[in-house]
Amino acid sequence: MSILVDKNTRLLVQGITGNEGLFHTQQMLAYGTKVVSGTRPGKGGEWVLDGKVPVFDSCKAAVDATGANASIIFVAAAFAPDAIFEAADAGIPFIVCITEGVAVQDMMRVREYLDQKQVRLLGPNCPGLLTPGEAKVGIIPGNIAIPGDVGVVSRSGTLTYEVLYALKLVGMGASTCVGIGGDPINGTNFIDCLTMFEDDPRTEKIVMIGEIGGTDEEKAAQFIASKMTKPVVSFIAGQTAPPGKRMGHAGAIIEGGAGTAADKVKALESVGVKVAKHPEEIPSLLK
Amino acid sequence: MKLHEYQSKQIFAKYGIPIPKGRVAATATEAKQIAEELGGRVVVKSQVLVGGRGKAGGIRLAKTAKEAEEVANQILRMEIKGLPVRKVLVDQAANIDQEIYLGITNDRAARRPVFMASAAGGVEIEEVARTNPEKIIKVHIDPLLGLRDYQARDIAIGIDLPKDYWKSFGEICRGLWRVYVECDATLVEINPLVILKEKTLLALDGKMLLDDNALFRHPDLAEMRDVDEEAPAETEARKYGLSFIKLDGNIGCMVNGAGLAMTTMDIVKLFGGDPANFLDIGGGAGADKVAAALRIILSDKNVKAILFNVFGGITRCDEVARGILSALDEVKPTIPMVVRLVGTNAEEGRKLLADAHMITAETLADAAKKSVAAAKA
Repeated sequence: MSILVDKNTRLLVQGITGNEGLFHTQQMLAYGTKVVSGTRPGKGGEWVLDGKVPVFDSCKAAVDATGANASIIFVAAAFAPDAIFEAADAGIPFIVCITEGVAVQDMMRVREYLDQKQVRLLGPNCPGLLTPGEAKVGIIPGNIAIPGDVGVVSRSGTLTYEVLYALKLVGMGASTCVGIGGDPINGTNFIDCLTMFEDDPRTEKIVMIGEIGGTDEEKAAQFIASKMTKPVVSFIAGQTAPPGKRMGHAGAIIEGGAGTAADKVKALESVGVKVAKHPEEIPSLLK
Repeated sequence: MKLHEYQSKQIFAKYGIPIPKGRVAATATEAKQIAEELGGRVVVKSQVLVGGRGKAGGIRLAKTAKEAEEVANQILRMEIKGLPVRKVLVDQAANIDQEIYLGITNDRAARRPVFMASAAGGVEIEEVARTNPEKIIKVHIDPLLGLRDYQARDIAIGIDLPKDYWKSFGEICRGLWRVYVECDATLVEINPLVILKEKTLLALDGKMLLDDNALFRHPDLAEMRDVDEEAPAETEARKYGLSFIKLDGNIGCMVNGAGLAMTTMDIVKLFGGDPANFLDIGGGAGADKVAAALRIILSDKNVKAILFNVFGGITRCDEVARGILSALDEVKPTIPMVVRLVGTNAEEGRKLLADAHMITAETLADAAKKSVAAAKA
């Protein structure tokens, strides 16, 4: 078991002919993910990666021909919202958007529409997800994690890799690692992932990596207190971040005094969550 | 990206929102000229991208053109919260009866735009939110439907606006909504929107924040960026697609990934040091990007040591190491450098850097301790 993706996931890659799309399709195939098709308007009928994956002009055509049930988006920010709408309208129930830099008002419209259609989005501005040993949908390097019972959910990319790697060094593995992305408005949040990990029989404990900006960590703390039976360990990045500045991620900003790391740590500690002082402390807190 | 008051109000005017007559001036003589054209009393307002201009003495009334010149002369010599005043807006003075707050922003938690209004205008809305939260009316807007007329009425009723003003207030709400949507703003604010003694509404002040991620479809707005108002290093970093924020410490940080870059700053602090910056070089950082980042970090004379922290995932550590080497060759820094390479091909990367007299570290904690020590040496 795992959450969101597994061996049976049939993946469609939107923007498969671009540099990133092609490179990561190769990586995902090498990991064992079933990439069944790709799209690139104008290149329908072609094949990529030595005839391994067929390319279609539209999501609808790709779904009809190959039965894709998840999609991953590698198109430029200006076109990413349309790619999400297209995947949703083609009946794909789970969409991962890797693209960084999507306009926030576009995301509000996307989210409203997807909620109405009950389609799940992961991202945007995220590394996707990895179920070690089973499937990888995204750009998380496969070699830094081993299968195990720790569910990992994070707003960050390379910081998550650090944590997976630190776990691997002490022989701890992950059930699934989910990067929810660094944007202020995203598809899947901490509570969604905590819920799935709580229900996943293979996950025994959870690592939640947050950062400054917004109040999702505080809400997650309330959720943990009222709904979670499995232990959660956390780390919050941005203790030293100045207010009013966006720290790389569009969503990582302290606004009007709200969204500080100190507030989040306090909220989590007050419900008994152990918060690591730095990422390398996480494995020892999980023991 | 922030817009100046005068820029925001010019945009408001294009969308039918009434603003005072006035123009922007860079010299006291120009300010006098504008005051003469306007006739009567004027308000001279410093144009800097920070709040609290009024309290700092950066907004002053002048009864005559001569006085406007004097006042402008004083304001143009001021610094407000560290920002030198380079321009003043000279506006016709208004006969104010009541001040209202009206704004639209993104409600992150609700994932929707929210209209906010208050009869207690003229002061910062954060202040009202702290002291009298019940005086703020909030109306969330469906992003797919947009502002409905009844919602504008609800806002007017919510702030006890007399019935006679509902129609003109509704037009201002619709105008402001269009500004917010069509400019891809993250905040549009009229504070205060005033009821004049003449029984009409007027947007006396304006503020806009734009979504940097949407500027690609607004080249006209992107051009309005005032680079005088940001740290030169931040302007330079943007040119190279680097995400950089200057801080006050002495340990320069160069990291791949935003979350890891924040964490690196935090851990430097945790071990008794002070980070000089936030810097995310992004994935696949080549030599040119690393060199640019290095130059930007070194342009800060406070920097006494540099910490490179790179997690090789898709980006291979040996590639990054080569990037660092050729950047060092070009920039030739003389301060101590600590490097931590972890992940894909880390061993090869470390070997490449061993000859470059860099201090190497295995763990994050170790890297932080070593850079703190190096900065103190």
